[in-house]
Amino acid sequence: MLHQELARRRDPMWRWERPLLREISMYAQGLNQSDPAAVTASPEAARFQARIDAEDKIEPNDWMPEAYRRTLIRQISQHAHSEIIGMLPEGNWITRAPSLRRKAALLAKVQDEGGHGLYLYAAAETLGVTREDLVDQLLAGKAKYSSIFNYPTLTWADIGAIGWLVDGAAIMNQIPLCRCSFGPYARAMIRVCKEESFHQRQGYEIMLTLCRGTAEQKAMAQDALDRWWWPCLMMFGPPDAASQHSDTSMMWKIKRFTNDGLRQKFIDATVPQGHYLGLSFPDPALRLNPESGHWEHGPIDWEEFRRVVAGGGFCAADRLDARRRAHDEGTWVREAAAAFAAKRTARKEAA
Amino acid sequence: MSTPATPIWEVFIRSRSGLAHRHVGSVHAADATLALQAARDVYTRRGEGLSLWVVPSSAIVASDPADKEMMFEPTGSKIYRHPTFYEVPDEVGHM
Repeated sequence: MLHQELARRRDPMWRWERPLLREISMYAQGLNQSDPAAVTASPEAARFQARIDAEDKIEPNDWMPEAYRRTLIRQISQHAHSEIIGMLPEGNWITRAPSLRRKAALLAKVQDEGGHGLYLYAAAETLGVTREDLVDQLLAGKAKYSSIFNYPTLTWADIGAIGWLVDGAAIMNQIPLCRCSFGPYARAMIRVCKEESFHQRQGYEIMLTLCRGTAEQKAMAQDALDRWWWPCLMMFGPPDAASQHSDTSMMWKIKRFTNDGLRQKFIDATVPQGHYLGLSFPDPALRLNPESGHWEHGPIDWEEFRRVVAGGGFCAADRLDARRRAHDEGTWVREAAAAFAAKRTARKEAA
Repeated sequence: MSTPATPIWEVFIRSRSGLAHRHVGSVHAADATLALQAARDVYTRRGEGLSLWVVPSSAIVASDPADKEMMFEPTGSKIYRHPTFYEVPDEVGHM
């Protein structure tokens, strides 16, 4: 596994392509290739698909269709960018956390997100892209990340809502990714999922504390739920019916459930948790279908989704500015570390 | 805007005493000291290990997956290397 990853790293870089809007879901799942027949056209492609069908893992230096490689580079790097950008909305509240306990938890959570970004960049690099290229694409505004992070965190209750809902939605999406056909991505997701559960629980605990507090605190929790609920449902991506092309990501077992399927699982899991808090959901159409046992929801405003994905999110410019500033302000550190390493190497060679 | 490349290091963790170091991923760092610190921060936030190795990725020599058959196939036919190849009567009991 390691050997294959290393060999692949020596390969030339793969060209980056900006994703099309219709391909965006939580982490840009699905390339939606228009001609699924082309996928098994060659003998290698047929062998590749047979391995996938047999639940064999694909490792970086194994033969793979170019579209599979491109889909993964895009999805994994966008997932990584989402983790890195995802540090910002919560980082906004670290200095104002209401107690030392909350502050320590929030710091640990934000640090985890940085770590998740790094696991994922490392997985993407096994496909022949460089870390530096991926970072540069993010800073240049050419790469996408999950649109949820372009919403602002207005009150402390938003930190609870993000942990409970945004991380809850991420877990729904990430658990099936632990079985993704691409080995390095699946292994990174196993690490991420192990750590993510703490994020959701600490968020729910914040919500619970607010809901058991004063009327003002409970109203703050309700307001946060009202603002985050719909964007969280949008995190799963456009409805399956809007997908005009057959989904090769499902065939390649990069993706195991449809957007609507995951969204429904999330709603079914989350609605009772919200009711336990004594909160109501901002959806008058939300009702339990006694026959199916599923919660049915009202129409999602896909116009808003498209607007935010296209960069119209409230905090879109802020988020990239913050990343660019952090990158620029860290330049001297990278330069100093490189200069020190070069000096030490030169001394060792001279000795 | 172009970020200069920082060397890649492969990270290995010994999770418990008695176990071997196991590959867990990679980090980027200018030198070995920074690589160890980065590996500590990225891969051991929850007591995952007792010992860390970082190895420059460029120092690892790997077999070519294209040579997989040549490298590993010959052992496939050498079933006499496995204990079950040999007949031991039931009366002899577990051996």
